[in-house]
Amino acid sequence: MSRVQTELGDEMRGLRSYIGCVWCHLQKDLRLEWRSRDSINGMLFFSLLVVVVFSIAFDPTAAMSRQIAGGILWVALLFASITALNQAWTRELRNRVLDAQRMSPAPPSAMFLGKALANFLFVVIVEIVMALPFLFFYNLHALGQGWLILAIMPLGTWALVCNGTFFAALGLRTRNRELMLPLILFPISIPALLGMMQATTAVLTGEFAPDPWIRLLVAYNIIFTLVCLLLFETVLSAE
Amino acid sequence: MRHTRIYRTVGLVWFLLTVAAIVYATRLALVVAPTEATMGNVQRIFYYHVPTSMLSLLFPYVNFVASLFYLGWRRRNPMRALTADAVAIASAEVTVVYSSICLLTGMLWGRAVWGIWWTWDARLTSMLLLWLLYVSYLMLRKLSATGQTQTLAAVLSVFAAIDVPIVYMSIQWWRTQHPAPVFGGGPDSGIDPSMMPAFGWNVLGWAMWGVFLLVFRYSLERRRQETEQEAARKSIEGSMEIAQ
Repeated sequence: MSRVQTELGDEMRGLRSYIGCVWCHLQKDLRLEWRSRDSINGMLFFSLLVVVVFSIAFDPTAAMSRQIAGGILWVALLFASITALNQAWTRELRNRVLDAQRMSPAPPSAMFLGKALANFLFVVIVEIVMALPFLFFYNLHALGQGWLILAIMPLGTWALVCNGTFFAALGLRTRNRELMLPLILFPISIPALLGMMQATTAVLTGEFAPDPWIRLLVAYNIIFTLVCLLLFETVLSAE
Repeated sequence: MRHTRIYRTVGLVWFLLTVAAIVYATRLALVVAPTEATMGNVQRIFYYHVPTSMLSLLFPYVNFVASLFYLGWRRRNPMRALTADAVAIASAEVTVVYSSICLLTGMLWGRAVWGIWWTWDARLTSMLLLWLLYVSYLMLRKLSATGQTQTLAAVLSVFAAIDVPIVYMSIQWWRTQHPAPVFGGGPDSGIDPSMMPAFGWNVLGWAMWGVFLLVFRYSLERRRQETEQEAARKSIEGSMEIAQ
């Protein structure tokens, strides 16, 4: 009885220290961003530009903009998050911080999770701020179940950010790493992109059901989050 | 040394058999097999399109398994891990070659029968995405720094292998225009028995050619690895002499 209890206690302690590591990395990344505000400002302005350029390119009417807005929204967020993800790990290269973290006994996947969560928060902030100009520029109001957007946005964002953070770490020590990230992230993310774009279009137009696409996003997120957590140590200590 | 000679003889015999099989298969496909009733001679591209598409779905598995072996052996047995990595890169390149052939022959056929070069249909799109995934794999190998290329590429290969079924399913939901599968696609599917030899020999010939390419590329990569190790050994020895 007591042994079972101590084993349980050990596991609880292990879990608590893991969450502690994640929280520590998350706090550090949030503090870095709060002091510089590089990523969020860059992403905000970039996605605003994409939205403006696309409305000039298509000159959309209300009916047409419903058809294309889902796609444009995610293309803007995808490009914007690439700019932030590229900086996410280069921050750690300064003063050889990453080498220090590789030597620390803290689990590497906790570092990955902390950074992915931080990037997730940054992109969500950008989405919240961008929502209004987006609605105005494209004269949108949802014809489907609008509240489902509240599920689609975080799911889609996590799908982009989780794999994006992983591949940014993978491409960290390649030549022209800014180019490398989209080259490997886009092909892997195509099912997720298809899911979020179709689900958003379904909600905006109300012409078909978004459920299968939301389920696809959930499955994609679960599978790839697990794979990222399992393989991150290999990538971090690759040599 | 004797082993090398045996390997070389086996390789040569395999190559000659492959060429013979392909020559025979080409004769069957272009001359012997009957002309298809509705499409005419255009249908003969089927004998190249379907075998290459089947094989381009097979070689990614070789790449995936080799990458798993690489990740498993990486720390315990680095020398053996390098052989797994050579298999991985060889199979990835063969995948890209075969899926390119499949896409190009498909486009030629589409232009003649559908009147369009390309359409965003389920099978076409998923094959294009397979091609994109393995091209990005080769790009990563090209651009990453020496020393960690193998590990990073093996990790990406695991991602690609997991992605392929998800891509396939999601695209299926998205749209379908490609002719229903010729084999196992319902009661009317299948081809006339007189077309079967041409098809079978083409599958065999192109499979043998794919294996030949794979082994050839593998031994090329092994030689490159050995030269690299030799150069590293020499530079270490050189630096030790200077130290003395």
